[in-house]
Amino acid sequence: MATVSIRDLEIDFGTLRVLQTLNLDIAEGEFIVLLGPSGCGKSTLLNAVAGLLDVTAGQIWIGGKNVTWEEPKDRGIGMVFQSYALYPRMTVKGNLSFGLKMAKTPSEEIEKRVAKAAKILQIEPLLNRRPSELSGGQRQRVAIGRALVRDVEVFLFDEPLSNLDAKLRTELRVEIKRLHHELGSTMIYVTHDQIEALTLADRIAVMNGGVIQQLASPKEIYRRPVNRFVAGFVGSPGMNFVDGTLSLGAGAPGFVLSDGTRLDISGYEFSGNAKDEQPATIGIRPEQVDLKEKGEDATILPISLNLVEPMGADSLVWGHVSGTQFAVRIDGDDHVTTPVTVDAFFSPSQASIFDKTSGARL
Amino acid sequence: MSTTTMEPQGPRPSRITPARIGVYAFLVVSAAFFLLPLYVMVITSIKPMAEIRLGNLFSFPLAPTIEPWIKAWTYACTGVNCEGIKVGFLNSFRILVPSVIVSIALGATIGYALSFWRPKGANFLFAVLLLGAFIPYQVFLYPLVRMLSTVGLYNSLPGIVVVHTIFGLPLMTLLFRNFYAGIPIDLFKAARVDGGGFWAIFFRLMLPLSTPIIIVAVILQVTGIWNDFLFGLIFAGRENFPMTVELNNVVNTTTGEREYNVNMAATILTALVPLVVYFVSGRWFVRGIAAGAVKG
Repeated sequence: MATVSIRDLEIDFGTLRVLQTLNLDIAEGEFIVLLGPSGCGKSTLLNAVAGLLDVTAGQIWIGGKNVTWEEPKDRGIGMVFQSYALYPRMTVKGNLSFGLKMAKTPSEEIEKRVAKAAKILQIEPLLNRRPSELSGGQRQRVAIGRALVRDVEVFLFDEPLSNLDAKLRTELRVEIKRLHHELGSTMIYVTHDQIEALTLADRIAVMNGGVIQQLASPKEIYRRPVNRFVAGFVGSPGMNFVDGTLSLGAGAPGFVLSDGTRLDISGYEFSGNAKDEQPATIGIRPEQVDLKEKGEDATILPISLNLVEPMGADSLVWGHVSGTQFAVRIDGDDHVTTPVTVDAFFSPSQASIFDKTSGARL
Repeated sequence: MSTTTMEPQGPRPSRITPARIGVYAFLVVSAAFFLLPLYVMVITSIKPMAEIRLGNLFSFPLAPTIEPWIKAWTYACTGVNCEGIKVGFLNSFRILVPSVIVSIALGATIGYALSFWRPKGANFLFAVLLLGAFIPYQVFLYPLVRMLSTVGLYNSLPGIVVVHTIFGLPLMTLLFRNFYAGIPIDLFKAARVDGGGFWAIFFRLMLPLSTPIIIVAVILQVTGIWNDFLFGLIFAGRENFPMTVELNNVVNTTTGEREYNVNMAATILTALVPLVVYFVSGRWFVRGIAAGAVKG
């Protein structure tokens, strides 16, 4: 168990700045997920923590020690790769013990640790097989085992489940979470899959363009995204965005859509400097809209519906609000006849309002 | 459900079509054409001189004899020495084995370092190495003679091994670098995280993966070095002349009548090693040609 602290980290690839003055403090035993689209620098950050990339500026501290220029093996980290990266010519046992052999661990100790890791990951029957004789899920288990045997303090996962099929991904996701509970190790996990991020993380760092956009608990990220990028990236199907202007003059605060409709947004907690007449975007998640009944603090949202997508447990209804595409999630048993124009309801306290130009939360 | 199996409908397509026959006919004719010189060499080498004088190049020997082969191997004259080309055969092996081993070992190591460790200026170094492959050998000859004689390696076995190693390096490095470029970088990263150093990763991880490319490299180097004439003539010294040079001496040493049968036997003996390599290596050789295509 160790803390990880990234201080003013900068990484350039030639003239391209991949990470800019990035700061991140990770507590002992914390599970941090780096979430972002491809090219946002999340894997670069992970590689830098692992010591596989030279940093341009800044420091990396692991367990209270400055390891910026340490070799990967001296950082107390284990890494799991998307491509598994198992050594093809070695058996599973050989793969697990390679790191220990490199560290000149006595052979009886190696036996003990390999047996223990194999037991935890339930790969005991596979020890004498080659990686080519394993399935994807088994390979990834071995890859995790390779970090496990070395008793590392920080686990680094680089999109470990991306090469697996949907069912296995769910299974291994649960297993990684269980592993985290059992070991209590610090874990840094890179993914572009928001479900993985939301289910696994203690805190999520949403990254874009080499900058951490928001670092918060999954709930906070989902409920109160700090900007439009985070709001749009997290959640599936994505948040609905409708442009308009704020109307904070006399009476209840309102949000005027481009077609003139005025939404009553009393109950929305403005976080900062919202001004009257300010161009803004309101973001409402599909499940925050109710087509049937008006909640206590709900507001009316006129919407024209034209398409239903049944997805089993629930259905997505597509339509338009003030000319902008809009999705509403309803219960799978509910029925909507389309096309139809109805008054839907949402609670302004759950919505998010962003500045139209900067995208920052208002 | 009935248990009878469903038969495909219509007649089964014939395997022998006119097009196929044409292709095979062409292949057989071309093979025969290219085999003709070999055929002539073999039958000439087992004819006594009396039959050769008759001038029937393609006719079968009436009284086959292996005497020319024995003479070529054991007592044909190369200049003033009359010890046959077995001396050259041994010399060629003494040159071949260390040259192949050293050049491949160096090429693999440099290729590995260039692909994974990427030292500063790696690309520049690689470009220079490649450039070396495109400069005509003749340009190097005189400077190399001077350099080797300065360090006392001229006209010696280590000298010729050094020369073969140097000239083998560009291709070997290219071969291994390209091969290692195809290995996922994650594998290397995983080994680094596991604490592997430069040599540990090379010997425990990369070399075991390199079997295919090592075979290709061995084929290229064995045939290339065995067939070399120029370097052997210039750098090996009289004591270490390789088989190709000795063969030339056998053929050019005439005391009285030209012994075509002995010359043919000596030639076949010299060509035997590459021939065996080609036959044994099969598909690997094709890969070698493709990989070494830049050599021209």
